[in-house]
Amino acid sequence: MQLTRRQFFKVCAAGMGGSSIALMGFSPAPALAEVRAFKLARATETRNMCPYCSVSCGVLIYTVGDKAKNAKPDIIHIEGDPDNPVNRGTLCPKGAGLLDMVKSPNRLKYPQVREPGSAEWKRISWEEAIERIAKHMKADRDASFIEKNEKGITVNRWNTFGFLASSAASNETGYLTHKVLRALGCVAFETQARI
Amino acid sequence: MALQSLDITRRSATTTPAPALRQTTEVAKLIDVSACIGCKACQVACMEWNDIRDEVGNCVGVYDNPVDLSAKSWTVMRFAEVEEGGRLQWLIRKDGCMHCADPGCLKACPSPGAIIQYANGIVDFQQENCIGCGYCITGCPFNIPRIAKEDGKAYKCTLCSDRVAVGQAPACVKSCPTGALQFGSKEQMKDYADKRIKDLKMRGFEKAGLYDPPGVGGTHVMYVLHHADRPELYSGLPPDPSISPLVSLWKGFAKPLATVAMAAVALGSLFHYVIKGPNEVSKKLEDELEKEEST
Repeated sequence: MQLTRRQFFKVCAAGMGGSSIALMGFSPAPALAEVRAFKLARATETRNMCPYCSVSCGVLIYTVGDKAKNAKPDIIHIEGDPDNPVNRGTLCPKGAGLLDMVKSPNRLKYPQVREPGSAEWKRISWEEAIERIAKHMKADRDASFIEKNEKGITVNRWNTFGFLASSAASNETGYLTHKVLRALGCVAFETQARI
Repeated sequence: MALQSLDITRRSATTTPAPALRQTTEVAKLIDVSACIGCKACQVACMEWNDIRDEVGNCVGVYDNPVDLSAKSWTVMRFAEVEEGGRLQWLIRKDGCMHCADPGCLKACPSPGAIIQYANGIVDFQQENCIGCGYCITGCPFNIPRIAKEDGKAYKCTLCSDRVAVGQAPACVKSCPTGALQFGSKEQMKDYADKRIKDLKMRGFEKAGLYDPPGVGGTHVMYVLHHADRPELYSGLPPDPSISPLVSLWKGFAKPLATVAMAAVALGSLFHYVIKGPNEVSKKLEDELEKEEST
Protein backbone atom coordinates (compact mmCIF):
# COMPACT_ATOMS: atom_id res chain seq x y z
CA MET A 1 0.00 0.00 0.00
CA GLN A 2 1.34 3.40 -1.02
CA LEU A 3 0.77 6.19 1.50
CA THR A 4 1.76 9.78 1.04
CA ARG A 5 3.21 11.58 4.03
CA ARG A 6 -0.01 13.47 4.51
CA GLN A 7 -2.19 10.33 4.37
CA PHE A 8 0.09 8.64 6.90
CA PHE A 9 -0.42 11.51 9.34
CA LYS A 10 -4.18 11.38 8.81
CA VAL A 11 -4.32 7.64 9.59
CA CYS A 12 -2.17 8.13 12.69
CA ALA A 13 -4.28 11.01 13.93
CA ALA A 14 -7.53 9.08 13.38
CA GLY A 15 -6.18 6.05 15.26
CA MET A 16 -4.84 8.11 18.11
CA GLY A 17 -8.04 10.15 18.37
CA GLY A 18 -10.23 7.04 18.29
CA SER A 19 -8.33 5.25 21.02
CA SER A 20 -8.20 8.41 23.14
CA ILE A 21 -11.97 8.83 22.90
CA ALA A 22 -12.45 5.18 23.84
CA LEU A 23 -10.17 5.62 26.84
CA MET A 24 -12.09 8.64 28.02
CA GLY A 25 -15.24 6.56 28.26
CA PHE A 26 -16.86 7.16 24.89
CA SER A 27 -16.50 3.52 23.91
CA PRO A 28 -19.28 1.59 22.17
CA ALA A 29 -22.11 0.19 24.31
CA PRO A 30 -20.68 -2.15 26.95
CA ALA A 31 -20.95 -5.82 26.11
CA LEU A 32 -23.45 -7.67 28.29
CA ALA A 33 -22.27 -9.71 31.20
CA GLU A 34 -24.22 -12.81 32.15
CA VAL A 35 -23.36 -15.99 33.99
CA ARG A 36 -23.22 -19.16 31.95
CA ALA A 37 -26.73 -20.57 31.68
CA PHE A 38 -27.48 -23.41 34.09
CA LYS A 39 -27.06 -26.36 31.78
CA LEU A 40 -29.45 -28.71 33.61
CA ALA A 41 -32.48 -26.42 33.61
CA ARG A 42 -34.73 -28.72 31.52
CA ALA A 43 -32.63 -31.86 31.49
CA THR A 44 -34.18 -35.16 32.55
CA GLU A 45 -32.98 -36.29 35.96
CA THR A 46 -32.61 -40.03 36.54
CA ARG A 47 -31.54 -41.73 39.77
CA ASN A 48 -28.93 -44.43 39.52
CA MET A 49 -25.98 -45.90 41.30
CA CYS A 50 -22.27 -45.59 40.74
CA PRO A 51 -21.00 -48.88 39.33
CA TYR A 52 -17.42 -48.70 40.57
CA CYS A 53 -16.93 -49.89 44.15
CA SER A 54 -18.94 -51.53 46.88
CA VAL A 55 -19.90 -48.24 48.52
CA SER A 56 -22.50 -47.86 45.75
CA CYS A 57 -23.03 -44.12 45.89
CA GLY A 58 -26.25 -42.74 44.54
CA VAL A 59 -25.92 -40.57 41.45
CA LEU A 60 -28.18 -38.29 39.46
CA ILE A 61 -27.86 -38.71 35.72
CA TYR A 62 -28.86 -35.72 33.64
CA THR A 63 -30.02 -36.36 30.09
CA VAL A 64 -30.60 -33.90 27.32
CA GLY A 65 -34.25 -33.37 26.41
CA ASP A 66 -37.58 -34.12 28.10
CA LYS A 67 -38.09 -37.67 26.73
CA ALA A 68 -40.22 -36.40 23.82
CA LYS A 69 -40.62 -38.92 21.02
CA ASN A 70 -38.32 -37.20 18.58
CA ALA A 71 -35.66 -36.10 21.04
CA LYS A 72 -32.81 -38.55 21.31
CA PRO A 73 -31.57 -38.62 24.90
CA ASP A 74 -27.89 -38.25 25.69
CA ILE A 75 -26.22 -38.06 29.08
CA ILE A 76 -24.68 -34.64 29.68
CA HIS A 77 -23.84 -34.64 33.37
CA ILE A 78 -23.65 -36.92 36.41
CA GLU A 79 -23.43 -35.80 40.01
CA GLY A 80 -24.08 -37.18 43.50
CA ASP A 81 -27.60 -37.87 44.72
CA PRO A 82 -28.20 -35.81 47.88
CA ASP A 83 -31.14 -38.07 48.86
CA ASN A 84 -29.04 -41.23 48.90
CA PRO A 85 -28.10 -42.02 52.50
CA VAL A 86 -24.81 -43.62 51.44
CA ASN A 87 -23.12 -40.57 50.00
CA ARG A 88 -25.61 -37.71 50.49
CA GLY A 89 -24.56 -35.99 47.26
CA THR A 90 -20.82 -36.48 47.48
CA LEU A 91 -18.67 -38.56 45.14
CA CYS A 92 -15.07 -39.72 44.93
CA PRO A 93 -12.84 -38.71 41.98
CA LYS A 94 -13.82 -41.83 40.04
CA GLY A 95 -17.51 -41.25 40.63
CA ALA A 96 -17.20 -37.56 39.83
CA GLY A 97 -15.78 -38.57 36.44
CA LEU A 98 -18.52 -41.08 35.63
CA LEU A 99 -19.59 -39.13 32.55
CA ASP A 100 -16.32 -39.99 30.86
CA MET A 101 -16.84 -43.68 31.61
CA VAL A 102 -20.28 -43.54 30.04
CA LYS A 103 -18.83 -41.81 26.97
CA SER A 104 -15.68 -43.91 26.83
CA PRO A 105 -15.05 -45.60 23.47
CA ASN A 106 -13.79 -48.63 25.42
CA ARG A 107 -17.02 -49.22 27.32
CA LEU A 108 -18.73 -52.56 26.70
CA LYS A 109 -22.23 -51.83 25.44
CA TYR A 110 -23.51 -55.26 24.36
CA PRO A 111 -22.84 -58.96 25.02
CA GLN A 112 -19.85 -60.45 23.29
CA VAL A 113 -18.54 -63.97 23.06
CA ARG A 114 -15.14 -65.44 22.27
CA GLU A 115 -15.78 -68.98 21.07
CA PRO A 116 -13.38 -71.72 22.18
CA GLY A 117 -10.32 -71.65 19.93
CA SER A 118 -11.20 -68.27 18.47
CA ALA A 119 -9.19 -65.09 18.95
CA GLU A 120 -12.09 -62.85 17.96
CA TRP A 121 -14.80 -61.33 20.12
CA LYS A 122 -18.16 -61.70 18.39
CA ARG A 123 -21.16 -59.51 19.10
CA ILE A 124 -24.29 -61.43 20.10
CA SER A 125 -27.80 -60.43 21.14
CA TRP A 126 -29.00 -60.46 24.74
CA GLU A 127 -31.29 -63.40 23.93
CA GLU A 128 -28.40 -65.39 22.53
CA ALA A 129 -26.25 -64.49 25.51
CA ILE A 130 -28.80 -65.50 28.11
CA GLU A 131 -29.61 -68.72 26.31
CA ARG A 132 -25.93 -69.53 25.98
CA ILE A 133 -25.27 -68.93 29.65
CA ALA A 134 -28.30 -71.01 30.64
CA LYS A 135 -27.16 -73.91 28.47
CA HIS A 136 -23.65 -73.84 29.95
CA MET A 137 -25.08 -73.66 33.45
CA LYS A 138 -27.41 -76.58 32.82
CA ALA A 139 -24.66 -78.72 31.30
CA ASP A 140 -22.27 -78.01 34.14
CA ARG A 141 -24.88 -78.52 36.84
CA ASP A 142 -26.01 -81.84 35.34
CA ALA A 143 -22.40 -82.99 35.26
CA SER A 144 -21.23 -81.96 38.69
CA PHE A 145 -24.19 -81.48 41.04
CA ILE A 146 -23.65 -83.20 44.41
CA GLU A 147 -26.88 -84.36 45.94
CA LYS A 148 -25.48 -86.34 48.86
CA ASN A 149 -22.08 -86.32 50.56
CA GLU A 150 -20.02 -89.40 51.56
CA LYS A 151 -22.09 -89.87 54.70
CA GLY A 152 -25.28 -89.91 52.66
CA ILE A 153 -26.54 -86.59 53.97
CA THR A 154 -28.43 -84.49 51.44
CA VAL A 155 -26.33 -81.39 50.63
CA ASN A 156 -27.51 -80.30 47.13
CA ARG A 157 -24.22 -78.55 46.26
CA TRP A 158 -23.10 -77.17 42.91
CA ASN A 159 -19.45 -76.43 43.62
CA THR A 160 -18.14 -75.94 40.10
CA PHE A 161 -20.11 -72.77 39.53
CA GLY A 162 -19.73 -69.24 40.86
CA PHE A 163 -21.83 -66.13 40.46
CA LEU A 164 -20.88 -62.48 40.57
CA ALA A 165 -23.74 -60.33 41.90
CA SER A 166 -23.75 -56.62 42.57
CA SER A 167 -23.21 -54.89 45.89
CA ALA A 168 -25.08 -51.96 44.39
CA ALA A 169 -28.27 -54.04 44.27
CA SER A 170 -31.16 -53.20 46.57
CA ASN A 171 -32.23 -55.41 49.46
CA GLU A 172 -34.98 -56.88 47.32
CA THR A 173 -32.67 -57.65 44.40
CA GLY A 174 -30.18 -59.17 46.80
CA TYR A 175 -32.90 -61.39 48.27
CA LEU A 176 -33.87 -62.62 44.80
CA THR A 177 -30.25 -63.26 43.83
CA HIS A 178 -29.82 -65.27 47.00
CA LYS A 179 -32.99 -67.31 46.47
CA VAL A 180 -32.29 -68.13 42.81
CA LEU A 181 -28.68 -69.16 43.40
CA ARG A 182 -29.31 -71.15 46.57
CA ALA A 183 -32.16 -72.95 44.79
CA LEU A 184 -29.68 -74.01 42.12
CA GLY A 185 -27.27 -75.24 44.79
CA CYS A 186 -24.71 -72.52 44.13
CA VAL A 187 -22.50 -71.86 47.16
CA ALA A 188 -19.93 -69.42 45.78
CA PHE A 189 -21.50 -66.12 44.97
CA GLU A 190 -19.92 -62.81 45.63
CA THR A 191 -20.20 -59.11 44.98
CA GLN A 192 -17.59 -56.42 44.42
CA ALA A 193 -18.03 -55.53 48.09
CA ARG A 194 -14.95 -57.63 48.77
CA ILE A 195 -13.07 -57.09 45.54
CA MET B 1 -27.39 -3.54 30.91
CA ALA B 2 -29.49 -6.64 30.48
CA LEU B 3 -31.25 -8.40 33.31
CA GLN B 4 -28.70 -10.37 35.25
CA SER B 5 -29.08 -13.72 36.90
CA LEU B 6 -26.70 -12.34 39.51
CA ASP B 7 -26.33 -8.67 40.41
CA ILE B 8 -23.09 -7.11 39.26
CA THR B 9 -21.20 -4.76 41.57
CA ARG B 10 -18.05 -4.17 39.56
CA ARG B 11 -16.95 -4.48 35.94
CA SER B 12 -13.42 -4.19 34.63
CA ALA B 13 -12.46 -0.94 32.83
CA THR B 14 -15.92 0.53 33.42
CA THR B 15 -16.76 3.75 35.21
CA THR B 16 -20.55 3.45 34.93
CA PRO B 17 -21.86 2.80 38.44
CA ALA B 18 -23.35 -0.65 38.98
CA PRO B 19 -26.84 -1.21 40.36
CA ALA B 20 -26.52 -1.34 44.12
CA LEU B 21 -30.04 -1.53 45.53
CA ARG B 22 -30.58 -5.24 45.99
CA GLN B 23 -28.88 -6.87 48.94
CA THR B 24 -27.90 -10.39 48.03
CA THR B 25 -26.26 -12.86 50.39
CA GLU B 26 -22.50 -12.86 50.26
CA VAL B 27 -21.42 -16.43 49.60
CA ALA B 28 -18.19 -18.19 50.46
CA LYS B 29 -16.44 -21.51 50.04
CA LEU B 30 -14.58 -22.81 53.04
CA ILE B 31 -11.65 -25.17 52.48
CA ASP B 32 -10.90 -27.05 55.67
CA VAL B 33 -7.33 -28.12 54.97
CA SER B 34 -7.32 -30.31 58.09
CA ALA B 35 -10.13 -32.49 56.72
CA CYS B 36 -8.80 -32.81 53.15
CA ILE B 37 -7.47 -36.23 52.10
CA GLY B 38 -6.29 -35.04 48.68
CA CYS B 39 -8.57 -37.38 46.72
CA LYS B 40 -9.04 -34.80 43.93
CA ALA B 41 -12.77 -35.44 43.52
CA CYS B 42 -13.10 -31.65 43.40
CA GLN B 43 -10.67 -31.47 40.47
CA VAL B 44 -12.65 -34.04 38.52
CA ALA B 45 -16.04 -32.54 39.41
CA CYS B 46 -14.77 -29.12 38.31
CA MET B 47 -13.73 -30.33 34.86
CA GLU B 48 -16.86 -32.42 34.45
CA TRP B 49 -19.22 -29.57 35.33
CA ASN B 50 -17.41 -26.94 33.30
CA ASP B 51 -17.11 -29.18 30.22
CA ILE B 52 -13.35 -28.93 30.01
CA ARG B 53 -10.83 -31.75 29.96
CA ASP B 54 -7.16 -31.07 30.53
CA GLU B 55 -4.56 -33.14 28.74
CA VAL B 56 -3.51 -36.25 30.64
CA GLY B 57 -0.32 -35.31 32.46
CA ASN B 58 2.69 -37.21 33.73
CA CYS B 59 3.65 -38.24 37.22
CA VAL B 60 6.39 -35.94 38.45
CA GLY B 61 7.26 -37.99 41.52
CA VAL B 62 4.75 -36.41 43.89
CA TYR B 63 0.99 -36.51 44.11
CA ASP B 64 0.54 -33.11 42.43
CA ASN B 65 -1.22 -33.86 39.16
CA PRO B 66 -1.61 -31.65 37.22
CA VAL B 67 1.47 -29.92 38.58
CA ASP B 68 0.03 -26.45 38.15
CA LEU B 69 -3.19 -24.67 37.37
CA SER B 70 -3.93 -24.29 33.66
CA ALA B 71 -6.63 -22.79 31.49
CA LYS B 72 -8.29 -26.21 31.69
CA SER B 73 -7.50 -27.06 35.32
CA TRP B 74 -9.13 -24.39 37.43
CA THR B 75 -8.35 -26.09 40.70
CA VAL B 76 -5.43 -28.31 41.71
CA MET B 77 -4.40 -30.01 44.92
CA ARG B 78 -0.97 -28.99 46.17
CA PHE B 79 0.78 -31.47 48.43
CA ALA B 80 3.44 -30.09 50.78
CA GLU B 81 5.61 -32.28 53.00
CA VAL B 82 6.58 -30.23 56.02
CA GLU B 83 8.54 -31.29 59.08
CA GLU B 84 7.05 -29.73 62.17
CA GLY B 85 8.34 -30.49 65.67
CA GLY B 86 10.04 -33.65 64.51
CA ARG B 87 6.88 -34.91 62.79
CA LEU B 88 6.27 -35.08 59.09
CA GLN B 89 3.09 -33.32 58.12
CA TRP B 90 1.41 -33.67 54.79
CA LEU B 91 -0.30 -30.36 54.15
CA ILE B 92 -2.73 -30.64 51.27
CA ARG B 93 -4.17 -27.43 49.89
CA LYS B 94 -6.80 -27.02 47.20
CA ASP B 95 -5.52 -24.15 45.08
CA GLY B 96 -7.72 -22.01 42.87
CA CYS B 97 -9.30 -18.58 42.63
CA MET B 98 -9.88 -16.95 46.03
CA HIS B 99 -12.64 -14.60 44.79
CA CYS B 100 -11.18 -11.57 46.59
CA ALA B 101 -13.50 -8.82 47.75
CA ASP B 102 -10.97 -6.43 46.22
CA PRO B 103 -9.91 -8.34 43.10
CA GLY B 104 -6.52 -7.43 41.64
CA CYS B 105 -7.38 -9.10 38.33
CA LEU B 106 -10.44 -6.90 37.87
CA LYS B 107 -8.50 -3.75 38.74
CA ALA B 108 -5.74 -4.58 36.27
CA CYS B 109 -8.05 -5.62 33.42
CA PRO B 110 -8.20 -3.06 30.59
CA SER B 111 -11.07 -4.70 28.68
CA PRO B 112 -14.57 -3.50 29.61
CA GLY B 113 -16.66 -6.27 31.10
CA ALA B 114 -14.06 -9.03 30.76
CA ILE B 115 -13.94 -9.40 34.55
CA ILE B 116 -16.96 -8.79 36.71
CA GLN B 117 -17.75 -9.08 40.37
CA TYR B 118 -21.21 -10.15 41.45
CA ALA B 119 -22.95 -8.82 44.52
CA ASN B 120 -22.61 -12.23 46.15
CA GLY B 121 -18.82 -11.92 45.93
CA ILE B 122 -18.05 -14.15 42.96
CA VAL B 123 -15.42 -12.78 40.57
CA ASP B 124 -16.08 -14.10 37.08
CA PHE B 125 -14.27 -13.87 33.76
CA GLN B 126 -16.34 -13.23 30.63
CA GLN B 127 -14.14 -14.77 27.98
CA GLU B 128 -16.00 -13.15 25.06
CA ASN B 129 -14.80 -9.75 26.29
CA CYS B 130 -11.27 -10.92 27.09
CA ILE B 131 -8.52 -9.55 24.87
CA GLY B 132 -5.88 -11.94 26.21
CA CYS B 133 -3.45 -9.30 27.46
CA GLY B 134 -2.64 -11.23 30.62
CA TYR B 135 -2.83 -8.20 32.94
CA CYS B 136 -5.12 -10.19 35.25
CA ILE B 137 -2.23 -12.57 35.91
CA THR B 138 -0.02 -9.63 36.89
CA GLY B 139 -2.80 -8.22 39.04
CA CYS B 140 -3.59 -11.45 40.89
CA PRO B 141 -1.82 -11.76 44.25
CA PHE B 142 -2.40 -15.54 44.22
CA ASN B 143 -1.17 -16.24 40.64
CA ILE B 144 -4.38 -17.93 39.53
CA PRO B 145 -5.57 -16.93 36.00
CA ARG B 146 -4.10 -18.77 33.02
CA ILE B 147 -4.19 -17.94 29.31
CA ALA B 148 -5.39 -20.74 27.04
CA LYS B 149 -3.21 -21.75 24.11
CA GLU B 150 -6.25 -22.41 21.92
CA ASP B 151 -8.00 -19.03 22.05
CA GLY B 152 -5.56 -16.78 23.92
CA LYS B 153 -8.14 -15.95 26.57
CA ALA B 154 -7.80 -16.04 30.34
CA TYR B 155 -9.62 -18.68 32.37
CA LYS B 156 -10.05 -19.43 36.06
CA CYS B 157 -12.51 -20.81 38.61
CA THR B 158 -15.97 -19.21 38.38
CA LEU B 159 -17.08 -20.54 41.79
CA CYS B 160 -19.68 -22.21 39.54
CA SER B 161 -21.53 -18.91 39.19
CA ASP B 162 -24.06 -20.76 37.02
CA ARG B 163 -24.84 -23.20 39.84
CA VAL B 164 -24.81 -20.56 42.56
CA ALA B 165 -27.18 -18.42 40.45
CA VAL B 166 -29.82 -21.16 40.69
CA GLY B 167 -29.15 -21.83 44.36
CA GLN B 168 -26.77 -24.76 44.14
CA ALA B 169 -23.35 -25.30 45.66
CA PRO B 170 -20.28 -25.30 43.39
CA ALA B 171 -19.49 -28.67 41.79
CA CYS B 172 -16.30 -29.14 43.82
CA VAL B 173 -18.06 -28.54 47.13
CA LYS B 174 -20.87 -30.92 46.28
CA SER B 175 -18.50 -33.74 45.39
CA CYS B 176 -16.16 -33.48 48.41
CA PRO B 177 -16.51 -36.83 50.24
CA THR B 178 -14.89 -35.72 53.52
CA GLY B 179 -16.72 -32.42 53.90
CA ALA B 180 -13.46 -30.52 53.71
CA LEU B 181 -15.23 -28.18 51.29
CA GLN B 182 -18.22 -26.28 52.60
CA PHE B 183 -20.35 -23.67 50.92
CA GLY B 184 -22.82 -21.13 52.23
CA SER B 185 -23.09 -17.51 53.25
CA LYS B 186 -19.82 -15.95 54.27
CA GLU B 187 -21.11 -15.52 57.82
CA GLN B 188 -22.11 -19.15 58.11
CA MET B 189 -18.73 -20.23 56.80
CA LYS B 190 -16.97 -18.12 59.40
CA ASP B 191 -19.10 -19.71 62.14
CA TYR B 192 -18.33 -23.17 60.85
CA ALA B 193 -14.63 -22.28 60.66
CA ASP B 194 -14.70 -21.16 64.30
CA LYS B 195 -15.96 -24.57 65.34
CA ARG B 196 -13.27 -26.31 63.32
CA ILE B 197 -10.56 -24.05 64.72
CA LYS B 198 -11.65 -24.73 68.29
CA ASP B 199 -11.54 -28.44 67.55
CA LEU B 200 -8.07 -28.16 66.02
CA LYS B 201 -6.79 -26.17 68.99
CA MET B 202 -8.07 -28.88 71.32
CA ARG B 203 -6.12 -31.39 69.26
CA GLY B 204 -2.87 -29.53 69.79
CA PHE B 205 -2.76 -27.18 66.81
CA GLU B 206 -2.35 -24.02 68.89
CA LYS B 207 -1.95 -21.76 65.88
CA ALA B 208 -4.98 -23.00 63.96
CA GLY B 209 -6.93 -20.22 62.33
CA LEU B 210 -8.93 -18.87 59.43
CA TYR B 211 -7.27 -17.55 56.27
CA ASP B 212 -9.34 -14.59 55.06
CA PRO B 213 -6.61 -12.08 54.15
CA PRO B 214 -7.57 -8.44 54.79
CA GLY B 215 -4.96 -7.25 52.23
CA VAL B 216 -7.43 -8.06 49.43
CA GLY B 217 -10.50 -7.06 51.44
CA GLY B 218 -11.14 -10.63 52.52
CA THR B 219 -11.84 -13.53 50.18
CA HIS B 220 -14.86 -15.60 49.25
CA VAL B 221 -12.78 -18.74 49.34
CA MET B 222 -11.35 -19.18 52.82
CA TYR B 223 -9.07 -21.75 54.39
CA VAL B 224 -9.02 -23.33 57.82
CA LEU B 225 -5.28 -23.87 58.43
CA HIS B 226 -3.60 -25.79 61.25
CA HIS B 227 -0.68 -23.34 61.00
CA ALA B 228 -2.49 -20.09 60.32
CA ASP B 229 0.56 -18.16 61.54
CA ARG B 230 2.60 -19.54 58.63
CA PRO B 231 0.38 -19.95 55.56
CA GLU B 232 3.49 -20.15 53.37
CA LEU B 233 3.92 -23.77 54.58
CA TYR B 234 0.93 -24.69 52.42
CA SER B 235 2.75 -24.67 49.06
CA GLY B 236 3.44 -20.95 49.26
CA LEU B 237 0.11 -19.49 50.26
CA PRO B 238 0.98 -15.76 50.60
CA PRO B 239 0.95 -14.66 54.28
CA ASP B 240 -0.25 -11.15 53.50
CA PRO B 241 -1.44 -10.88 49.90
CA SER B 242 -2.11 -7.49 48.37
CA ILE B 243 -2.54 -6.10 44.90
CA SER B 244 0.80 -5.22 43.26
CA PRO B 245 1.64 -1.49 43.75
CA LEU B 246 2.28 -1.30 40.00
CA VAL B 247 -1.38 -2.10 39.31
CA SER B 248 -2.58 0.53 41.79
CA LEU B 249 -0.13 3.05 40.28
CA TRP B 250 -1.10 2.32 36.69
CA LYS B 251 -4.85 2.08 37.24
CA GLY B 252 -5.13 4.54 40.11
CA PHE B 253 -2.68 7.40 39.81
CA ALA B 254 -1.47 7.25 36.20
CA LYS B 255 -4.82 6.67 34.50
CA PRO B 256 -6.41 10.12 35.16
CA LEU B 257 -3.09 11.76 34.34
CA ALA B 258 -3.03 10.03 30.96
CA THR B 259 -6.60 11.13 30.30
CA VAL B 260 -5.72 14.71 31.24
CA ALA B 261 -2.67 14.61 28.97
CA MET B 262 -4.72 13.34 26.07
CA ALA B 263 -7.39 15.96 26.62
CA ALA B 264 -4.65 18.63 26.76
CA VAL B 265 -3.24 17.44 23.44
CA ALA B 266 -6.69 17.60 21.86
CA LEU B 267 -7.36 21.05 23.32
CA GLY B 268 -3.91 22.29 22.28
CA SER B 269 -4.49 21.09 18.72
CA LEU B 270 -7.78 22.92 18.65
CA PHE B 271 -6.19 26.15 19.87
CA HIS B 272 -3.37 25.76 17.39
CA TYR B 273 -5.89 25.32 14.59
CA VAL B 274 -7.86 28.40 15.69
CA ILE B 275 -4.83 30.63 16.19
CA LYS B 276 -2.48 29.46 13.45
CA GLY B 277 -4.87 27.75 11.04
CA PRO B 278 -3.91 24.87 8.77
CA ASN B 279 -0.45 24.78 7.25
CA GLU B 280 -0.85 26.28 3.74
CA VAL B 281 1.58 25.51 0.97
CA SER B 282 1.73 28.08 -1.79
CA LYS B 283 0.93 27.03 -5.36
CA LYS B 284 4.39 28.08 -6.43
CA LEU B 285 6.13 25.81 -3.92
CA GLU B 286 3.92 22.88 -4.83
CA ASP B 287 4.73 23.27 -8.52
CA GLU B 288 8.41 23.38 -7.73
CA LEU B 289 8.21 20.20 -5.65
CA GLU B 290 6.25 18.38 -8.35
CA LYS B 291 8.86 19.40 -10.90
CA GLU B 292 11.59 18.01 -8.66
CA GLU B 293 9.75 14.72 -8.22
CA SER B 294 9.12 14.25 -11.95
CA THR B 295 12.78 14.73 -12.81
